[in-house]
Amino acid sequence: MAEEVNFICTACPQGCALTVLMENGEVLGVTGNSCKKGLDYANAETSDPRRMVATTVKIRNGFHPLLPVYTERPVPKPMIPQVLAEIRKVELEAPVVMKTVVLENVLGTGINVLASRSMPAKK
Amino acid sequence: MLAKQIYDVVIVGSGPGGVAAAIEAKKAGADDVLIIERDTELGGILLQCIHNGFGLELLKEDLPGPGYAQHFIEEMLSLHVEVLLNTMVMDITPQRHLFLSSKEHGYVEIEARSIVLAMGCRERTRAQIRIPGYRPNGIYTAGTAQRWVNVEGYMPGKEVVILGSGDIGMIMARRLTFEGAHVERVLEIQSYLSGLSRNLVQCLQDYDIPLQLNHTIKRILGKNRVEAIEAVQVDEKWNFVPGTEEIIPCDTLLLSVGLIPENELSRKAGVKLDPITSGPYVDETFQTNVPGIFAAGNVVHVYDLVDWVSEAGFSAGKSAAKYAIALRNAEARYTPLVAGKNVRYVVPHKLDKSTLEAEDVRLQMRVTRPIEQPVWVEVHDGENLITRKAERYVRPGEMVTVVLKTKNYADVAKASKLTIDINPR
Repeated sequence: MAEEVNFICTACPQGCALTVLMENGEVLGVTGNSCKKGLDYANAETSDPRRMVATTVKIRNGFHPLLPVYTERPVPKPMIPQVLAEIRKVELEAPVVMKTVVLENVLGTGINVLASRSMPAKK
Repeated sequence: MLAKQIYDVVIVGSGPGGVAAAIEAKKAGADDVLIIERDTELGGILLQCIHNGFGLELLKEDLPGPGYAQHFIEEMLSLHVEVLLNTMVMDITPQRHLFLSSKEHGYVEIEARSIVLAMGCRERTRAQIRIPGYRPNGIYTAGTAQRWVNVEGYMPGKEVVILGSGDIGMIMARRLTFEGAHVERVLEIQSYLSGLSRNLVQCLQDYDIPLQLNHTIKRILGKNRVEAIEAVQVDEKWNFVPGTEEIIPCDTLLLSVGLIPENELSRKAGVKLDPITSGPYVDETFQTNVPGIFAAGNVVHVYDLVDWVSEAGFSAGKSAAKYAIALRNAEARYTPLVAGKNVRYVVPHKLDKSTLEAEDVRLQMRVTRPIEQPVWVEVHDGENLITRKAERYVRPGEMVTVVLKTKNYADVAKASKLTIDINPR
């Protein structure tokens, strides 16, 4: 039996309302999307939903006490709490340059965690 | 000290609009560009927006706010834009004089051939939506909480209710969840979401945070610290629906109830504001009603994409440079006349060089003290004498005249200024 699943595409800020026709976990068709990104999103969202994760880590002797960091690619949605817990363990020393890898291959996902900005040392 | 007293373009605010304006002003040929920021570093509110989603349109890259800011700041600095941090612009006049205050420089007046207003916007507060009740600790705007959690390292509380479904409120719902707080729910007085749909999905639905439309807060409970709020349903006219009240225990209430362009300075400069946007009326070059004063970004109207703020900044910066260059060229027609040795003042104060091409120009002046011996009244360009006139004596009570002749035009045209000295013969 085919069934319809409705969700909103988060591939870009437009937020298209997608209708996905599914049968036995297979995507039969997608409507409501305005571009190809929507198709990819619908396929990913129904098989392996992923999200970008952005948070902060402690940084010693920095201009600010925290350094914002982000995953270079979206990580599997169910793993977000564990990914956050791993990132929380990181503690750095200023200065740090933007896009420095602060955590390599987080939880074996093959995805690195990067510094969102440069952080100069405290003056 | 500041490098200059007169700048081609001065930009107020270093968020995405201001930084983009500075970049494009330089690229369009403005020489001296100054950007003024009241905070301790460049970047504006983007620095606290650590979530992703910035730059998808302009950079084709999914960047967090601080990364997006840094990308353009680095480009701006490579173009040698002068930066002034920790500095508040206190006043701007319609003649484009700016009054600045900072710990380092004190109170300073500078002049700009053109100005780009890029002050951004600020959040609506509790006072602007009039929630009755005590004024306990624990009520913050979503942006304030964002600054604490993402930059300064403080948590606003543990049990959170968010009023308003603006983007910052939804993003903070997820952010506080990441940091171990419990977000009880988001209330929205309107019958529809006020932020982006994608944020409903990836900030609320992903973390099972309920959104209640057609709901608001009737009152806040707690005297020293927020203890609970009373939520209530509203009808289509926003009247409370009796019997729908619900007490929700919490220690923190975040408000995400809209942004207002920050235009106190614009008003002082005589800039007319649109009552609907609360921002300046602008033309397609982003010029306000005051000639030479431009505005870009959230100070004009509130955007939902930073990429579009940068684009508006580029346009405003380009227009501001064009205006400044035209003004600089107009100024170049004139040569200032400067009172030199023993001269108190000279009238006229400046000379349109092209006039001298067609006719003689008479300069009149008074001396600082009597010189009771023969003197020369000398007009020079700093190095070469252009003309001189002999007088038997000079006295402050008796006006002195010297005439620039059309034959002096070639010499005067080359001079950046003319100085008049009176020396003994």
